[in-house]
Amino acid sequence: MIPLSWYMSLAAILFAIGVCGFLTRRNLIMMFLSIELMLNAVNLNMVAISHYLESMRGQVFTFFIITVAAAEAAIGLGIAITLYRSRKTVHVDEVNQLKG
Amino acid sequence: MINTALVSWKAFGPIVPEMFLVCIGLFLIGLDVFAPKRREFLPWLTVIGCLAALLMVAGEKDIVGFGGMIICDSYAAFFKVICLIGVILTALMSEHFRRTEGLNQGEYYSLMVFSAVGMLLMASAGDLMVLYLGLELMALSIYCLVGMPRNDGRSAEAAMKYLLMGGFASAILLYGISIVYGLTGTTNISQIAKFTVSGNLLHNPALLAGLGLMLAAFCFKVAIAPFHFWTPDVYDGAPTAITAFMSVGPKAAGFAVFGRVLLTGFPQFHDQWGILLASLALLTMAIGNITALSQTSIKRMLAYSAVAHAGYSLLGVLSGTAEGLSATMTYLLTYGFMNMGAFAILVLLASPGNRRESLEDYKGLAKTNPMAAFLMLIFMFSLTGIPPTAGFVGKFYLLKAAFGAGYTMTVIGLVIFSSISAFFYLRVVRYMYMSDPQENISLDFTPGISAALGIALLGVLGIGLLPGSVIGQAATALLGQ
Repeated sequence: MIPLSWYMSLAAILFAIGVCGFLTRRNLIMMFLSIELMLNAVNLNMVAISHYLESMRGQVFTFFIITVAAAEAAIGLGIAITLYRSRKTVHVDEVNQLKG
Repeated sequence: MINTALVSWKAFGPIVPEMFLVCIGLFLIGLDVFAPKRREFLPWLTVIGCLAALLMVAGEKDIVGFGGMIICDSYAAFFKVICLIGVILTALMSEHFRRTEGLNQGEYYSLMVFSAVGMLLMASAGDLMVLYLGLELMALSIYCLVGMPRNDGRSAEAAMKYLLMGGFASAILLYGISIVYGLTGTTNISQIAKFTVSGNLLHNPALLAGLGLMLAAFCFKVAIAPFHFWTPDVYDGAPTAITAFMSVGPKAAGFAVFGRVLLTGFPQFHDQWGILLASLALLTMAIGNITALSQTSIKRMLAYSAVAHAGYSLLGVLSGTAEGLSATMTYLLTYGFMNMGAFAILVLLASPGNRRESLEDYKGLAKTNPMAAFLMLIFMFSLTGIPPTAGFVGKFYLLKAAFGAGYTMTVIGLVIFSSISAFFYLRVVRYMYMSDPQENISLDFTPGISAALGIALLGVLGIGLLPGSVIGQAATALLGQ
């Protein structure tokens, strides 16, 4: 059996990649994808721990996370489309009307 | 033969107000679709629905439902009341706001009600799973509300910033939760406290890291520095009524979660999180108040003031005592009334095509509209913390609680920074009373906005003159009946 620490290390690496992607990418869609990567790292963590501890909570939690992530992606893309219509860009550095 | 367990309707007792509000939200969409000519009733229906839910919440008994997932105690009820008052005042304001901004859609009100459901779930969350779901239900609805004016590029930008930062924060929250779950084997908040003691996890660095990640995400939700960068932009770009809503409801729900998780789930770590939150509170008050000094837009100034007030409210939580938490609860209620009042004046002054959000627009308001100017004066006094308004009482109890818990430096910080805040709040008053009017603004006191202003004024003066009753409520909510 693969030890739990391997799964958790993989999840930590995925999460770190997601954080780096979120902080370095400037395209709105890529930033959403980085957030999805972070959420999937959490899912992996939850499922692995749930299996290891033989408790169902982690798996139930994972289902909720997947559902909410889908809703969030739908809203995010909707907002990206409105933004593109009014500004003709989804590059976050060029979206800077609000500042001060 | 499969035995089907009958659903016991009694089990749904703890979430009756939430279920009722969901029905109201769906009804509002239905009404919008099938009777589009009756749209002027939508705000009033929202108000009536929320009032009914408020009565249900007030009449709730202490129960724990769904195997400890939902806790209905007086602590939750107090926060639920703050959130519902926020929704009611926003709906009343929107009744006026739709005339100037044309936000007539039924979704506007139903999204507001759905986010209220999320807040109520957060307030009574006994499990990190419910907490997360409530948080997301609240946040997703508000992302949509912020981006509602589809033709306005500013609100689309605000919605984008809010969504990106919100999504990032919830991912961090979840990673923290997964670490805590891995170490304690449970997501139930009160069980976590038990396992940290029995599992000898008090000095476990990984658990501290998990707690730290969760705290960072909560700080984001209530706009505590250094996680406040989204606040001014989002508050500025969102429609004014929604800004008012965001500054009260989600903040109260966020603090409900703060108190529940820290005081029920991690009371043994008070030495660590107490000092951490004390320094964050100082930083927040400094950043909020000092940046607000240089703002020329009153909406943006109120956004920075929201950051500063989050810092003040933190003082009660960080003391880690029931007294401190009741001071925070009172302060959030107070803040709800005074901030809603100030935003209601902003909504009142706006006219189609001219939002009048800059400080200059307030010059000489006392000469053209003495009533509006006087109300704004009271709300500004209250935000500064001048007696006999509610803001003074709220700050006094916060100071007392933090001082009692030994955070003298933070208390001194609060006093210094709130005297700095007097500069920019009272500048509005000076502009209104001591300058000559720029233009003759004719104001339209519609029933909705008048009701919102009346309730806010009653709240501010009521808590200011009779503080004992509210503090008593908050204290009994924590210490038991």
